[in-house]
Amino acid sequence: MPSTIKVEIKRQSNPDAPATTEKFEVPYRSGMNITSLLGEIALNPVDVSGRATTPITYDSNCLEEICGSCAMLINGKASMACSALVDKLTGPNKDQTITLAPLSKFPIVRDLAVDRSVLFENLKKVKAWVPIDGSYDLGAGPKQAPQIQEKRYPLSNCISCTICMEVCPQFNDATGFVGAATIAQAKLFNLDPSGAVLKEERLRALAGDGGIQECGFAQNCVQACPKQLPLTEAISDMGRDVFIQQVKDLFAR
Amino acid sequence: MAATPRIIVVGGGLAGLAAVIKIAEAGGKVDLFSIVPVKRSHSVCAQGGINAAKNLKGEGDDVFKHFDDTIYGGDFLANQTPVKNMTAQGPAIIDLLDRMGVPFNRTPEGLLDFRRFGGTLYHRTAFAGATTGQQLLYALDEQVRRYEAEGKVTKYEGWEFLSAVLDTKGACRGITAMDLRTMETRTFPADAIIVCTGGNGAIFGKSTNSVVCTGSAQSALYQQGAYYANGEFIQVHPTAIPGEDKLRLMSESARGEGGRVWVPKDKNDKRAAQSIPESDRWYFLEEWYPKYGNLVPRDVATRAIFKVVYEHDMGIDGQPMVYLDVSHLSPERQHKLEGILEIYEKFVGDDPRKVPMKIFPGMHYTMGGLWVDFNQQTNIPGVYAAGEADYSIHGANRLGANSLLSCIYGGFVAGPQAMAYARSLPAQEGDGGHAAELARQKEFNNLLLNNKGTENPFKIWRELGDTMTKHATIIRYNAGLDEADAKIVELLDRYRNVNLSDKSQWANTSFAFTRQLWNMLQLGRVIVQGARLRDESRGAHYKPDFPDRNDEKFLKTTKAAFRDDAPAFEWEEVDISHIQPRPRRYDATA
Repeated sequence: MPSTIKVEIKRQSNPDAPATTEKFEVPYRSGMNITSLLGEIALNPVDVSGRATTPITYDSNCLEEICGSCAMLINGKASMACSALVDKLTGPNKDQTITLAPLSKFPIVRDLAVDRSVLFENLKKVKAWVPIDGSYDLGAGPKQAPQIQEKRYPLSNCISCTICMEVCPQFNDATGFVGAATIAQAKLFNLDPSGAVLKEERLRALAGDGGIQECGFAQNCVQACPKQLPLTEAISDMGRDVFIQQVKDLFAR
Repeated sequence: MAATPRIIVVGGGLAGLAAVIKIAEAGGKVDLFSIVPVKRSHSVCAQGGINAAKNLKGEGDDVFKHFDDTIYGGDFLANQTPVKNMTAQGPAIIDLLDRMGVPFNRTPEGLLDFRRFGGTLYHRTAFAGATTGQQLLYALDEQVRRYEAEGKVTKYEGWEFLSAVLDTKGACRGITAMDLRTMETRTFPADAIIVCTGGNGAIFGKSTNSVVCTGSAQSALYQQGAYYANGEFIQVHPTAIPGEDKLRLMSESARGEGGRVWVPKDKNDKRAAQSIPESDRWYFLEEWYPKYGNLVPRDVATRAIFKVVYEHDMGIDGQPMVYLDVSHLSPERQHKLEGILEIYEKFVGDDPRKVPMKIFPGMHYTMGGLWVDFNQQTNIPGVYAAGEADYSIHGANRLGANSLLSCIYGGFVAGPQAMAYARSLPAQEGDGGHAAELARQKEFNNLLLNNKGTENPFKIWRELGDTMTKHATIIRYNAGLDEADAKIVELLDRYRNVNLSDKSQWANTSFAFTRQLWNMLQLGRVIVQGARLRDESRGAHYKPDFPDRNDEKFLKTTKAAFRDDAPAFEWEEVDISHIQPRPRRYDATA
């Protein structure tokens, strides 16, 4: 077993500052993940040359891959830092340097923290909610076959980590693509018996520039999703529904 | 008073979002503050489900039985009236969540399915796989997003609450908060505030809690004059995965679906767990508690595991671990636990569908919290609290799947109450205390940034966590509690010598953390001193030197006030107006 872990971290002190790389060597303990490694650096913020530096800024919260905070590029791959175990990242001889960098498609805040609020804005555009009448006691909801629940639940497991957007070649400023997560949420609410009342509005929001047509079927999203959401299936289903809606709207003019 | 009340909600977990929904619905204006984007709040970590006596399994369950189970499970320390109200509202809250589109598991007919949980004999827990908290939080988050899109809610995500702004009469007129990117500290006006900032697991270093669960906001308010109640009651969950950076929860639903806890009968048994035959396994919970079996309340299960490991010396391979086994369950039942089984597989590497999981108790839930009246108001006028941040409902021990319910209930009470208060609030005199409070907070910031000390705040935190875990979790001795308090006093002293390695004014997370740390240390003293003074055993609070519950002396709420830089304690009678306290015996067979 190695006694230390070598790690290289891409850092940037603010959005306007130049990016730099700092190297660290951190004491190894079995069972370590990337967030505990970053915690070790905070305990002793000194780089490999012995130079004092600052703790790394990164987003994290639950540390069990359910809050979606700690997405970053780990050895170049978009991953959740909490469930990235050090032992699986240092190669066969456990001596390779781990590299950490911020997600590349979102504005940098500092170091490994980026601004992913675009996803939450997109969720507003597709009205990702059930428009209930009120929060009073209005009785039970409609019955729902377990088969419907089995379709909805996996989509509802989306943790908004934005990894599907990071890995998508179409997600960039030129296309303005909303990304897979938003499309999957639109499907989730279209499947809900009460949520379906906004179905047409959601489909129209996904039509046109930046909408579902931007998808290039690279399928990176479904492979990278840490929660295994059926993203390509959702995109294909919604693509069909958006098309049908467009045809309907055309003839309804 | 302005026509439209302006309410600040601090914390965007279930309780906070529930309050926001009620206020927005009633026409109030809400500013919602959260350290993290609200969709990433700690409520997502709740796994097993939410209780409500819907009685959809033909068992004759009813809201009174839920009420009684909760009071009995909490060892009679909870005030009974709010618990009665909460359990009565349970079924309507489940219906509402269902209407919001929560993907609850269903029966073949399409009705809500219910599972069993600890401390009850009924199927009372509605669930969405094993990620119920995530699903509930998302449902409320979606409703709040809808109100946000309509302009009724303004979110301040990435802002941290620092303190309440109090006027000359001591009433709340707003808050001070810090932007965690620009590090700007400023004040925000409000007619009332609702604090829904969750538990304080970080005080114990490693816990099942999320990073933001520091108790900092509650502690800041306690230092401003709010009572902190029943601080000594900390729930240690029986089944967590020991980890490097945190203890990851293995939901009680694993046992609710039929999971069993055991150790090999022979402590030198070297066989792989799955090859040890039934006859060579010791199912100690089932043996000691034949009626409830693996579904005894958490404090009982935790002490049993602790006893097996440390008194019987029967931990697996001599380590502080026992087996939690779901490998015998049918694929259908395992499927209902998918979310948590994946967590185990990802973080440990073994497949729990085939191999028994290795678990040990871990700090999990804060039963204590800000003292509130039955309308969720603290003793500071205009400051309300709800959810894990307040002390009501759970008494000396929380029953599994009651926390999600209590969060929504608390938010649903606090929201309208804060609105009513705001409507009758007289106009503030002068600036309502804003300038003075802002100056106080900026002074603290400057002190920290210019300190020339040598102490690393993360090291102080680690030492705090170690001493709290050692002396103030499962087993408590007065000598140890005294030692812990002395240690915290030492840490507070060393804090004054803290050195921030990062003094920049942009997204400085260690600066924000160091501010929280001061509040954690202050609240740590409330916990250990409260425990020191309670010479009895009740619920999660267990002292071997005082093994029995003592109603005569201690059927009382502990209230801590911050006086002369230290906690000062008083005790308040508990509301027992509905159910007469009786001995709590889960080992009884009848």
